[in-house]
Amino acid sequence: MKIKQTLKTLVGGLTVTALMAGTALADPALVYDGGGKFDGSFNEAAYTGAERYKADTGTNYQDLEIDGVAQREQAIRQFAARGNNPIVLPGFSWEESLRAVAPDFPDTMFAIIDTVVDDLPNVRSVVFKEQEGSYLVGALAAMASETGTIGFIPAFDFSLLLAFGCGYKQGAKYVNPDIEIIETAIGTGFDAFNNPGGGTEVARSQIDRGADVIYHAAGGAGVGVLQAAADAGILGIGVDSNQNHLHPGQVLTSMIKRVDVATYNAFADYENDEWTSDVIVLGLAEDGVGAAFDENNADLITDEMRATIEDITAKIVSGEIVVHDSRTDNTCPA
Amino acid sequence: MEDIISILVTTVRVSTPLILACLAGLYSERSGIVDIGLEGKLIASAFGAAVVAAVTGSAWAGLLAGIGVSLVFSAVHGLASINFKGNQIISGVALNFLAAGLSTFLGAAWFGRGGNTPPVSGDARFYGIQLPFAAELRDVPIVGPIYSGLISGHAIMTYIAFLAVPVTAWVLWRTRFGLRLRAVGENPKALDTAGMSVSWLRYKALIITSVLVGIGGAYLSIAQAASFTPNMAAGRGYIALAALIFAKWKPVPAMFACLLFGFLEAMQYRLQGVDLPVIGPVPTQAMQALPYILTILLLAGFVGRAIPPKASGLPYVKER
Repeated sequence: MKIKQTLKTLVGGLTVTALMAGTALADPALVYDGGGKFDGSFNEAAYTGAERYKADTGTNYQDLEIDGVAQREQAIRQFAARGNNPIVLPGFSWEESLRAVAPDFPDTMFAIIDTVVDDLPNVRSVVFKEQEGSYLVGALAAMASETGTIGFIPAFDFSLLLAFGCGYKQGAKYVNPDIEIIETAIGTGFDAFNNPGGGTEVARSQIDRGADVIYHAAGGAGVGVLQAAADAGILGIGVDSNQNHLHPGQVLTSMIKRVDVATYNAFADYENDEWTSDVIVLGLAEDGVGAAFDENNADLITDEMRATIEDITAKIVSGEIVVHDSRTDNTCPA
Repeated sequence: MEDIISILVTTVRVSTPLILACLAGLYSERSGIVDIGLEGKLIASAFGAAVVAAVTGSAWAGLLAGIGVSLVFSAVHGLASINFKGNQIISGVALNFLAAGLSTFLGAAWFGRGGNTPPVSGDARFYGIQLPFAAELRDVPIVGPIYSGLISGHAIMTYIAFLAVPVTAWVLWRTRFGLRLRAVGENPKALDTAGMSVSWLRYKALIITSVLVGIGGAYLSIAQAASFTPNMAAGRGYIALAALIFAKWKPVPAMFACLLFGFLEAMQYRLQGVDLPVIGPVPTQAMQALPYILTILLLAGFVGRAIPPKASGLPYVKER
């Protein structure tokens, strides 16, 4: 008798929990890419945007860090099935899983950042003109370099990451046509984003070859690049989030990509019934990318550098300088 | 010349954790305990070292903590495989999973940085040591670059690693303990018959293993890098095991095998996009495939048969 009663209470309790879970989960969701929530870079920018949304509106959101490729599709499917809406997926690696899941949940809105999925009616794509932001930091690097050699470290050989490098080279050559640029990848696949030790060694080898400003496009592994630069007393350049604070005075600037704004807007647009499933391109003109200036790098940036950057920014916005996007034809003019 | 020195310096740096882990594996496998858990111990001790160094501000405390954590892991391995005569591979794999999961979990819970520990600096980190006269000899031709550039300026763990090689060789071939260690891995019954404790000898080997791998783990997180990142060993424990087989469980060849792996990694970082004479610029992908290609070639062509200690992997059961 007693057992029966206990069971009843238990079952009742479980049902309530299930129901509660069902009602509470109309929240937006955010699933981080490899490298994890606190990579101090790309994913962290998405997290910052979501946190700001939570602070502004009091709306909760669900988030998840994945552990390996196998979890990708499962993670999106689970959030969609639980009624989370919209679901924000920062990172181009989400494309395949998104294509598999999105058609099954036509009423759920998805936003993918960093790649274009324009053939599904419930997917918004947000892409950035990384080449424009990289152009600015490239110009800064060329002005700050004393050896005339600067470095670029992508996580691996991938068109998106190489577009950072191509913009960087164009910007550097605009300021100093004779500048030498070394480019070295850390690894061969997505796991390179998680290899700060590799980042450190690649940076050291570039420093040995004379580089005195190094820009990384390596997510979590970039922490190792900036560490090596700080250890050697040269300058690093951060990426995606503002990384100037990691080593104050040793990080020249950061190429900020407003992944936080993209995430915030996705959440807010859905809430305010302003959702559009289209392709949003954010460049310098839209303040979607830029170079970070704050108290941590104030001593590194001269007035002349600042003026040049303002001049270049104006020229890019007005269309006087057109920064080539290496993704369009897989070549780089610089 | 400078280019060569720079590649060799990188080689020494990336080989250090490999050599430490490889020698660690040598002690345990020579005693008859297969230690597939080297990777996990590297991760766990890197984590322990980074946490304690960050909290106490002392790199030495961090190093001791790294060794301590690895001792605990070895104790579990020993208990499972020596006392309870369990399968050593399974116990080792379990330790690998435990280390990867526990370090990330505890790191996230304690520091809220997604498993990363706070970066350490100053007294909480090991820096390169300038050997005596390194500055004065810098400009001397040939000797200068080699002494001041290549030999001087590494973290203390690097010197420990390279010193551990001749010490291990001496212990293994010239001491009573070494003789017994080799015997217990080949024929534990003989030792048992002679009245020695097989278990205690194997535990002693595991203690040495832990100390070495603990130093290697601490090197990863508070010397080479300045914080712990999840899974930062990145397969080095497995590479060390491969090097051990390469070297047929001998210390000096083990060092060279590790240096070879380190050299290939250094080459890969260094030669990307460089114009080589005759060949021209080498594609990045070819450079990055080089370590794997060479490994297969060497394994297939030059190493020959590698025969492990006869009793390795087998728990010792007294006849009743």
